[in-house]
Amino acid sequence: MLSYIIRRTLYAIPILIGVNLVTFMLFFVVNTPDDMAKMHLGMKRVTPEAIEQWKVERGYDRPLVINSEEKGTAKFTETIFFQNTVKLFAFDFGQSDEGRDISFDISERMWPSLMLALPALIIGLLVNISFALLVAFFRASYIDVWGVILCVVLMSVSGMFYIIGGQFLLGKMLHLVPISGFDLNNAFKFLVIPVIIGVISGIGSGTRWYRTIFLEEMERDYVRTARAKGIPETLVLFKHVLKNGMIPILTGVVVVLPLLFMGSLITESFFGIPGLGSYTIDAIGSQDFAIVRSMVFLGSVLYILGLILTDISYTLVDPRIRLQ
Amino acid sequence: MSWNYMQRHPFLILSPFIIIAAWVIGILLSDAKPVFLWTDVLVYILVITICLFTISSAKKEHLRDPWRQVVRHKLGMMSLVVLLIYVLIGLLDSIHFRLALDDTKQSAGQEIVHESEVVSVLDIIVTPVRLQVETTYSAPFATHSFAKETLEKEDGSRSREYPRLKYGGSHLQDPENEKGEDILKNAALGLLFGFLIWLVLVLSIILIIKHQHRTTFSNSFNILFRDGGGVPWRVILSTLGLMCLLLGLAILLSPKYHILGTDKVGQDVFYQSLKSIRTGLVIGTLSTLIMLPFAVMLGIMAGYLKGWVDDVIQYLYTTLNSIPSVLLIAAVVLMIQVYMANNPEMFETDAERADARLFFLCVVLGITSWTGLCRLLRGEALKLSAVDYVQAAQAFGVSKFNILWRHIRPNIMHIVLIAIVLDFSGLVLAEAVLSYVGVGVDPTMHSWGNLINGARLEMAREPMVWWSLLAAFIFMFVLVLAANLFSDAIRDAFDPRIRKQ
Repeated sequence: MLSYIIRRTLYAIPILIGVNLVTFMLFFVVNTPDDMAKMHLGMKRVTPEAIEQWKVERGYDRPLVINSEEKGTAKFTETIFFQNTVKLFAFDFGQSDEGRDISFDISERMWPSLMLALPALIIGLLVNISFALLVAFFRASYIDVWGVILCVVLMSVSGMFYIIGGQFLLGKMLHLVPISGFDLNNAFKFLVIPVIIGVISGIGSGTRWYRTIFLEEMERDYVRTARAKGIPETLVLFKHVLKNGMIPILTGVVVVLPLLFMGSLITESFFGIPGLGSYTIDAIGSQDFAIVRSMVFLGSVLYILGLILTDISYTLVDPRIRLQ
Repeated sequence: MSWNYMQRHPFLILSPFIIIAAWVIGILLSDAKPVFLWTDVLVYILVITICLFTISSAKKEHLRDPWRQVVRHKLGMMSLVVLLIYVLIGLLDSIHFRLALDDTKQSAGQEIVHESEVVSVLDIIVTPVRLQVETTYSAPFATHSFAKETLEKEDGSRSREYPRLKYGGSHLQDPENEKGEDILKNAALGLLFGFLIWLVLVLSIILIIKHQHRTTFSNSFNILFRDGGGVPWRVILSTLGLMCLLLGLAILLSPKYHILGTDKVGQDVFYQSLKSIRTGLVIGTLSTLIMLPFAVMLGIMAGYLKGWVDDVIQYLYTTLNSIPSVLLIAAVVLMIQVYMANNPEMFETDAERADARLFFLCVVLGITSWTGLCRLLRGEALKLSAVDYVQAAQAFGVSKFNILWRHIRPNIMHIVLIAIVLDFSGLVLAEAVLSYVGVGVDPTMHSWGNLINGARLEMAREPMVWWSLLAAFIFMFVLVLAANLFSDAIRDAFDPRIRKQ
């Protein structure tokens, strides 16, 4: 087990280097540091000295991949690519283009993100599973048919309309809760609508997906045996099907767990929650390349972490699977 | 032209449409300069591919059977009708040209100067709606502006009032009393007109059936209205009828009123929604199709060749997959934006620049959605490489390329087809989100995302500006719902696991 985890972690390194290579190509080869400097300092009236200074401040004055002026290993180390990659691997994200410390911002902003994403995930899971069980119980009846059609209808509404509709209904018409904003000490008030909307917008796809899992499980032999023994259908459903159906559901959840830190782009920016999602959107809006690059790296690390956790969780819930 | 003659040549009944098409081509040829945008060319290629695919699959029994099942699927056919109407609008919007400047400005013998604005056939068809631009917001069917303005009267006194709109309901003398009646009158006429269009379409379908089955007129009528041959004709015709009625309403009402209101700069929201259809369709289809050849090739190569090829391809898609897709898209689009800002000389018109951005957006979306399909295909190819007929082919010494092309590729095409239709609705929804984030299509391009984004800022206004949101919601919802239902029908017919049940 331990050796497996170590091996998987080591395997993550080439992938992260690949991720870095992709972002490096995007941020430094398609547009040279000169272009970026011009972009930030204003397109027209900008002196070469100002560009030079902008580059020195951010360490972009080195050559891109190979430094022909240096000797030995310094040929490769004294370059933008190497310096950036090494710093990212140490989780030293450096400064944003505006001069703020990115690591500090991230550590501060990930908690609101998590406070929003975690309740939404858990409540959503409970709601979806209950609906899916209900539909599966009445399978091949009108409830099932119309339930599935209702799911497709719910899936066809853009997530943005759930947010706009929810804001309008709960915040503006009923005046129950504030429409947007955030306060860490009084978070509940601000998080109610986003969580509810997050749950509702996921019902369609979630219920449909879990319904197929449960239906697949219902075709299995052990279910037939249980029914043949005369166990009532409700008990079969809740005791056997639910338990076994939870395996694919939970392992599917584990993969997204680490990514919850990244927050939800749309929800956070609509509700003005200062999480990592709105941080990313602001960075995109102000064209802050340093932040976007750091977030890409962070996202990849968390994704790979999620994959490893998924594999481990498989062995925990299903003892037949052995990791080698 | 006698009735008998018409009956022998059912396509003659379509002649009004052909005349319209000819008229459009006439405009095209007279001094207008055709513009081939990148996505236009890809759309043409896509249409040709679909035609070829239909012709080739019509010859093969194993492909005809699932298609027959799709045709018998009621919900599937209903949504197909809706989808086809969207596609028709999208195609009309994909033929672009630049009109010649007015004759008065040019003397004979000189080189023709073209307007810098690129217009499409759809723009020409809806010219009145396109050009009736008000000054700012106005509600649907409004005759007065949404905001008060200071008006100067003839006697010199000033007052703050809601000014009359320049175009919306401008034909009315006394809007307050006449408006309701006028709208009702036009709506009734529109419904009648829509009904006539529907009748013409039904008649032409009857004639085509009659021609194909070589039966009498009443027989083909029976086929149509008793769901003959297992095809749910009644559902198809009623959906078509509903669409025709809506079309009739739009034709009669939209030149006289802004049926979905106007936006901040006074442009008709209905026109914007129509224009957005092309953007949505292009993103939904081209994103998958641009990357499709790579996904198929790499997927089956990894699954069949195994070894180091498999390792490399797996590394490639794991790497791309581990970057959160929104961030990858954001990074690429930001970079393209900067690149375009630094190289403005590459594009002749604004439309071409916006289109290039749309193209790149499709490519990036393709890259992010490519990995899932590639992994699926790899798994399937792995399974297929152990199947008897592939082993037999190997034993006969068939080359690897031939095995991949002749034995593996045809047997994974159902997965590709299902993936294309399943991805479509997700991509259409993704466009709206990306445009909201600011890394979607060009802000000058009409799209549902931009429509929502523009309206969102006015949410806090009292009374609320709701019509842009409503328009984007309806147009998107209908398209995505139809696509979801259709993809279910396709999956039911083509997925062997579901078919067995």
